[in-house]
Amino acid sequence: MTGARIEDLLRDLAPQVLGVLVRRHGGFAECEDAVQEALLAAATQWPGQGLPDHPRAWLVTVATRRLTDQLRSDTARRRREESAYAATPADELFAPAPGERTGPAADDTLILLLLCCHPALTAPSQVALTLRAVGGLSTAEIAHAFLVPQASMAQRISRAKQRIRATGAVFAAPPPGELPERMSAVLHVLYLIFNEGYTASSGPCLQRTELTAEAIRLARELRRLRPGDGEVAGLLALMLLTDARRAARTGPDGELVPLADQDRSRWQTMAIAEGVELITDTLRRAELGPYQLQAAIAAVHAEAATTADTDWRQILSLYRVLSRLFPNPMVTLNQAVAEAMVHGPRAGLALLGTLDADERLARHHRLYAVRAHLLELAGDRDAAREQYRRAARATTSVPEQRYLESRAVRR
Amino acid sequence: MKYLLIIHMNPANWEALPADVREEVMAGHGEFIKELTASGELLGFAALADPSQTRTVRVREGEPAVTDGPYLEAKEWLAGYYAIETETPERAYELAGQIPDARYFAIEVRPVMNYSGMEM
Repeated sequence: MTGARIEDLLRDLAPQVLGVLVRRHGGFAECEDAVQEALLAAATQWPGQGLPDHPRAWLVTVATRRLTDQLRSDTARRRREESAYAATPADELFAPAPGERTGPAADDTLILLLLCCHPALTAPSQVALTLRAVGGLSTAEIAHAFLVPQASMAQRISRAKQRIRATGAVFAAPPPGELPERMSAVLHVLYLIFNEGYTASSGPCLQRTELTAEAIRLARELRRLRPGDGEVAGLLALMLLTDARRAARTGPDGELVPLADQDRSRWQTMAIAEGVELITDTLRRAELGPYQLQAAIAAVHAEAATTADTDWRQILSLYRVLSRLFPNPMVTLNQAVAEAMVHGPRAGLALLGTLDADERLARHHRLYAVRAHLLELAGDRDAAREQYRRAARATTSVPEQRYLESRAVRR
Repeated sequence: MKYLLIIHMNPANWEALPADVREEVMAGHGEFIKELTASGELLGFAALADPSQTRTVRVREGEPAVTDGPYLEAKEWLAGYYAIETETPERAYELAGQIPDARYFAIEVRPVMNYSGMEM
């Protein structure tokens, strides 16, 4: 078995092994450390010595041994742990939706995701902890992907675990009443991981594309666990449809290529087909949500053979639904582009005007960039140039700045 | 979001401060580093040598030339920096305010550029 295949296997097994350990011994933080060590041992030994007969059992044994060593070396801590962590078997508390796959391994992954995305944690901590405990990534890999020193990332992960401990959260599904809110935190974290990796495909941060793959893998896993959840399906479809454009969205030197100028023959047709089918099927039967609507918009773009063929009317009506049901200034910003494509640039600019008073977007580079684009469409080159310059100064992204500067000087 | 907290100081004013105040400022950095390390927000830091130790390098027509003294003529100098990562800009300003030098000089908070870009 190749190193890459072993890595895939380990990532699949990581949450299952952690689930077994927490269930048997309690103490999420300690178990998580022990599983990390077992994963590391496997990654070092398996490529040379070959796969054990029962990889999962091997990992559980090694992790349990590490946990015992750790607890023995700190008995005072163990006593604290045992009193604080009466691990409740999750099966007793968690009633799966009809038709859902059950079984300890499946439930454990979901419970782990919910625990790592606990509302007491900040978003960056949720992201880091999810990648480690559920994704099976090492602290070094996470630190590398986020361009942060390893010591800082280790500290963030350990603080996050302390925080969970302090809240007294147990390894069990949240009460049904809390589930929707907790699920939306999980989806948000997967979306953040995806976006973090959805970056320029060249330049100093090449390895970050792994985060995109990891986010898609976790979303697939979540969909397997909750097949009836429309927003889970919507998020997965959105990721597939967005990621399908990856090869086309940057030029040879890592420069950003806007959607309208992308070479659509470089879009991944398989991912598009899967995403379109998934969102079409989901919209038919699930309760509508923001991820589904965004996926539907991405699907309309993906289905257009050329920019000119884009069904802007349909995109506009989807944005109108989205901004009515889930108002958000970023949605309005995108809606303004759709308005401009259907009703002309002045209509788009008028909608942008409503955002000037919005604190969340004031002086945001995207507002300047969209205004510049619409002014350009309206034929007002000088005003467009000024807005592109403002946008270029306001962004903190190197590829965006290059793109915006190139638009500002274009004749 | 990653930020550079840039500590500006005026050596003449610094030397004019009483010794115990200077001690307090120095000790304050130890506390500040400890807190930032514990929160996982610290990415790096450095204190810079006195501007009198600066050499400026220029390359003209392929020839490097090294001269004594700083590039900019100014009374205030860059004394050091902290590289941090915080969840919000407000937290970055809050941390800048905790740098002891902020009480006597000023801290500049500058966002750090990143390499991920959104499709436009």
